[in-house]
Amino acid sequence: MISAPLRSSVGSALRSAAASSKRATVSRSMATLVDEKRLPAKFGGKYTVTLVPGDGIGKEVADSVKEIFEALKVPVQWEQYDVSGETVGGDDLFQQAMESLKRNKVGLKGILYTPIDQTGHNSWNVAMRQQLDIYASVVVCKSLPGFPTRHDNVDFAIIRENTEGEYSGLEHQSYPGVVESLKVSTRAKAERIARFAFDFAVKNNRKKVTCVHKANIMKLGDGLFLNTCRRVAEQEYGHTGIKFEAMIVDNTAMQLVSRPQQFDVMVMPNLYGTICANIGSALVGGPGITPGCNFGREYALFEPGCRHVGKDIMGTNKANPTALILSSTMMLRHLGLESQANLIAGATYDLVKEGKIRTADLGGSATTTDFTKGLIQRLL
Amino acid sequence: MFSRSASRSVVSSLRSFQTPIRHYNSAFQSSPPTSTFAGKKGEDGNYTVTLIPGDGIGPEIAQSVKEIFAAAKAPIKWEEVDVTPILKDGKTVIPDKAIVSIKKNTVALKGPLATPIGKGHVSLNLTLRRTFSLFANVRPCVSIQGYKTAYDNVNTVLIRENTEGEYSGIEHEIVDGVVQSIKLITREASERVARYAFHYASENGRDKVTAVHKANIMKMSDGMFLTACRAVAKEYPKISYDEDLLDRVCLRIATDPTPFADRVMVMPNLYGDILSDLSAGLIGGLGLTPSGNIGRDASIFEAVHGSAPDIEGKGLANPTALLLSSLMMLRHMGLFELADKIEKAALSTIAEGKAITRDLGGKSGTREYTDAILAKLK
Repeated sequence: MISAPLRSSVGSALRSAAASSKRATVSRSMATLVDEKRLPAKFGGKYTVTLVPGDGIGKEVADSVKEIFEALKVPVQWEQYDVSGETVGGDDLFQQAMESLKRNKVGLKGILYTPIDQTGHNSWNVAMRQQLDIYASVVVCKSLPGFPTRHDNVDFAIIRENTEGEYSGLEHQSYPGVVESLKVSTRAKAERIARFAFDFAVKNNRKKVTCVHKANIMKLGDGLFLNTCRRVAEQEYGHTGIKFEAMIVDNTAMQLVSRPQQFDVMVMPNLYGTICANIGSALVGGPGITPGCNFGREYALFEPGCRHVGKDIMGTNKANPTALILSSTMMLRHLGLESQANLIAGATYDLVKEGKIRTADLGGSATTTDFTKGLIQRLL
Repeated sequence: MFSRSASRSVVSSLRSFQTPIRHYNSAFQSSPPTSTFAGKKGEDGNYTVTLIPGDGIGPEIAQSVKEIFAAAKAPIKWEEVDVTPILKDGKTVIPDKAIVSIKKNTVALKGPLATPIGKGHVSLNLTLRRTFSLFANVRPCVSIQGYKTAYDNVNTVLIRENTEGEYSGIEHEIVDGVVQSIKLITREASERVARYAFHYASENGRDKVTAVHKANIMKMSDGMFLTACRAVAKEYPKISYDEDLLDRVCLRIATDPTPFADRVMVMPNLYGDILSDLSAGLIGGLGLTPSGNIGRDASIFEAVHGSAPDIEGKGLANPTALLLSSLMMLRHMGLFELADKIEKAALSTIAEGKAITRDLGGKSGTREYTDAILAKLK
């Protein structure tokens, strides 16, 4: 195991000096060392959590989570910000939401729409991840019991670097008709995501970490990522017995749809993460059931794993709230509310398994509200 | 609009590799805008096509294709060349004879090549791509009846920009531990591949082109790709055009590939690389997927699988991928009926399952499989 000072020195290089001045390492939350006082605070017996429902189906599924929490009397108080990427001038509200997140250190969010045309604002989803430095995205793709898909026994976790790479946002037109887009890869960020992946594997009793890359073409950029992961695997986690493998991203895509059972934990740069998470989600039942979360050293933000806005079914009460409900149970675990998390997650899986109340994406005809009601009934 | 010649010189100076000044096919030039095959039949009534059998199992599967073409009375005369790299002025290059042959015939069929191990070798595929300005990679994936995978009804066509993007090769380490890799997108290369995609769609009976992008994040570069596609779409009013995000396409195609059967997808380099292998995975791997590289100076059709040195010379290899590639080549040359005829013979042989090779779960060798197809062609 690596020593705490080594890890924190790497982390602190990336963070403000002020934040790293005190380092009483008490407990760990997902691969990072955290000061106790940095953990979310409880006031009046309740945790305050920032809620950004997002665009598309966001409000509908967020309402579902709110109702469930209320029915179960979960000690969470929401600070809701209805930020929308579709309206012009939502900047102020977005900033307020960011302030709230920094205060509360925990958030639950849907996906914010990002305009495609060049005059539109940059992705706020990405801005949140970069500003809060929530560097590790975790998406677990696991076959749901009672809901067979084309592939059985799928169970892998995608650990995705969340703050650099292709999403650097640095682009310029050097000459009319010639555009350069920069992909930034750094050793420090590769190191911390590699450690996160291995710590995740250790904690969750997983056996293998696969690094997904394209180092045969991007020899320096992805080469740095691959070599760093390999070094971390050999030097710091060699004793854990967790196997390390490397796989080129195009082959990974092919293997995912033909033999997904071979994967366990996968670690990769930003863009490949979105690709693999979406393929992985498709294997087990789609974006409606795939939860996700983003962790940094200080903040944690929980959001559906596939990150789709879902504009096509917006407002029709057809959305499957499972992804956000499961994300919220991950949040409850993060807050230490294990029993309630297990209760809700268990009931959700049971409801899917039973198959009586299923939304359209799982082949049923139930509405979002039907699903929520069914779940609450089961819980009470 | 900036002048074309100016932009061309900028493009070429930005590239890290040396290519002669490019004369892109475009609507403004007199040459065919879409690299349409312009070869002529020789005196004996045959088209001459360069054949690169390749390494490993290459010669065996090439032999199989040659026999099948002869039995189908294809008007093709093969000109076999060797592309084993030679040293010239300290660099590894393809023998001149091969280059001259491909340039003259403008069409080539290529088996798998073993990449020499060791530093300093530029891969042969890359050399061919640069030598003939192979700008578009075409990857159709169709479910093979008789070989069951998790997905049925796959019928996708993907066209990938093949000269720039994430594979520009421009990278540098700014300070220790910080690397910048540059994704280069130019209007001209985007337009060129988009135009070929629309051309392919209209030639092959697909009425829709979908541009796959990530312009919500890479607003300028992928935005430029989309701008070029939209401009070209106006030239093809009969083909409908839409756009979709890369992550959404990954999700949808891995969930159910059926809706993609009516369209041609076009995209920048990296996305195409990933999605084309993803599609190959849907139908059972690279052993069954053909591929075509469309270029300004020539077009090369190839099997994308490896040279499989472990079964070399044993007569076990499956020639299907090379055969399907050769059929793409025939269609590229406008010989649609002939291609359909051979395709039917090959696919029905696989569907019957009596004489299929081991990789498909059968017991036959290359010989039996080829003979079964030959019998159907007689």
